[in-house]
Amino acid sequence: MGMITVEQDITRRVEQFIYAEARLQDEHEYAAWEALWTDDAIYWLPANGDAIDPEQQMSIIYDNRSRIGVRVRQLLSGKRYTQDPKSAIRHLITNVEVLDRSGDEVSVGCNVMVYESSLRGETLWAARTEYLLRDTPDGFRMARKKVALVNNDKPLFTLSFLI
Amino acid sequence: MNVMTRPYVPDFATLIEQDRVHGSLYTDADIFRMELDRIWYRTWVYVGHESEVPEPFDFVTKSIGPQPIIMTRGADGQINLLQNRCPHRGNEVCTEPRGNARKFTCPFHNWTFANDGRLEATAFADGYKGQDMAALSLGKVARVASYRGFVFGSFATEGPTLEEHLGGAAETLDRLCDSSPTGEVEITAGFLQHRVKANWKFVLENETDGYHPAFVHASVFKVTDSGIGGLYGSKSTAVTRDFGNGHTELDLRPEFRLRDQPLNWFGTTPERLPDYVAAMEQAHGPEKAREVMIDGTPHVMIFPNLFIAEIQIFVLQPRAVDDTVQHVTALQFKGAPDINRRLRQQTMGSVGPAGFLLADDSEMYERTHRGVLSRDPEWLYLARGEHRERTDEDGFRVGHATDEVPSRGIWRHYRQMMEAE
Repeated sequence: MGMITVEQDITRRVEQFIYAEARLQDEHEYAAWEALWTDDAIYWLPANGDAIDPEQQMSIIYDNRSRIGVRVRQLLSGKRYTQDPKSAIRHLITNVEVLDRSGDEVSVGCNVMVYESSLRGETLWAARTEYLLRDTPDGFRMARKKVALVNNDKPLFTLSFLI
Repeated sequence: MNVMTRPYVPDFATLIEQDRVHGSLYTDADIFRMELDRIWYRTWVYVGHESEVPEPFDFVTKSIGPQPIIMTRGADGQINLLQNRCPHRGNEVCTEPRGNARKFTCPFHNWTFANDGRLEATAFADGYKGQDMAALSLGKVARVASYRGFVFGSFATEGPTLEEHLGGAAETLDRLCDSSPTGEVEITAGFLQHRVKANWKFVLENETDGYHPAFVHASVFKVTDSGIGGLYGSKSTAVTRDFGNGHTELDLRPEFRLRDQPLNWFGTTPERLPDYVAAMEQAHGPEKAREVMIDGTPHVMIFPNLFIAEIQIFVLQPRAVDDTVQHVTALQFKGAPDINRRLRQQTMGSVGPAGFLLADDSEMYERTHRGVLSRDPEWLYLARGEHRERTDEDGFRVGHATDEVPSRGIWRHYRQMMEAE
């Protein structure tokens, strides 16, 4: 029984973290979102499936921590026209599972849908998202986030909000 | 009795003038259908690169306009461009994006084709007794030709050769290949496909528009130490060039020659890419290598669909009057892994649906497409720099980096193509 309680506890903490991250994305709280990343972070949206080698093949996003910072600064610049006006977005997250635990790290998977309304119109995005979270005294931090869009092998409209 | 009616043919002379074009050229679905016949299914269109099918029986699916094309390498090493349509009842015969296959078998009735398109076998063949089955092969693009590994197809059985079509723009592909220590570029990093709800000609014209970067890309110049911004200012010595046949260039070499720093065009230094620099010096000799590494790679739009943007290629695909896909990937120089890694990283940051540059360009394409649906004014104004347009030593029209020489050149050629029966 004790083990189950611990598992339920970690799952609930993970869920709360993922929901909070989604809220920061939905509300365009760019700086607060950037603070969730570890210094060695990787933010990855593969293209052409979910099993490519991002060191050899093109990805939609393959940001190290420094490039995550550029992405956020561009959004904050006031001249990122594709997000001015900002897309109205809502993340819906389900099927949250703790996949693995090792030391202070937790691997998590979930399914995500995002509804976007922008100048172009309405766009629906669906993805399998996996996190490597690191437990710190300040709560979880993201060491790795992989967002595998189900249609990442097809032509995609501009995706310039934080997913 | 029915009266035969001629299809609606607009008078292009009234829609395309020297320095303005009518908004309907971007939004009229009838004009789009004419473009397919008179441009996309007639002229030389870039399809793919030889390095995408390196081995016999390799194939990759590509397109010419909205039509899917299978690019294969035959047993004899020749490149074939096949239509993905079974000659029996029209089914698609290939649904994989790439692979290696000696045959394509249609799953509908099991007709089997060799990878050069020849019909090899029909199921229950006794049902075709006395029929000429040899004529029932996969459709082929009538003419296939390549230049420095870039494969083009033309549905027209006759017409200018590929080299005649490329004309002065062929030299830009030579220039690109000079930046590879082996003289060869490769397309091996996979494509991003970035869709825009906009007409393809907004994309075409923007590729060599040097007026917009200072504004559309101001956010990038503000938050990175990119040296690109200065290339597109009012004081820039870079030039726009119209090669004719719709091909246009933003020639940045004058600026890079002023800077006189090898690899400045790529935002880096020889110290950071020692293997590449050594290989270039080995290939060209130190003096020529230095010149090549100062000049950098071209920024050229080869009409109607191949854009080489220094470090990446874009292949433009119109799917409907307001639906365009930009297929984009990093250029790779054969035998130069250190620069290739950086080419991929820079490309991933810049382009595609989430790119620091292209997401904003694409925003402009979509807003412009919606904008021209308004009725007043009906025209787009393309007169910038007319007073200072001149002819260079090769006889090509050139202008200031921010002038609309390329758009005027594109439309001059477009009108010729659309007026030809």
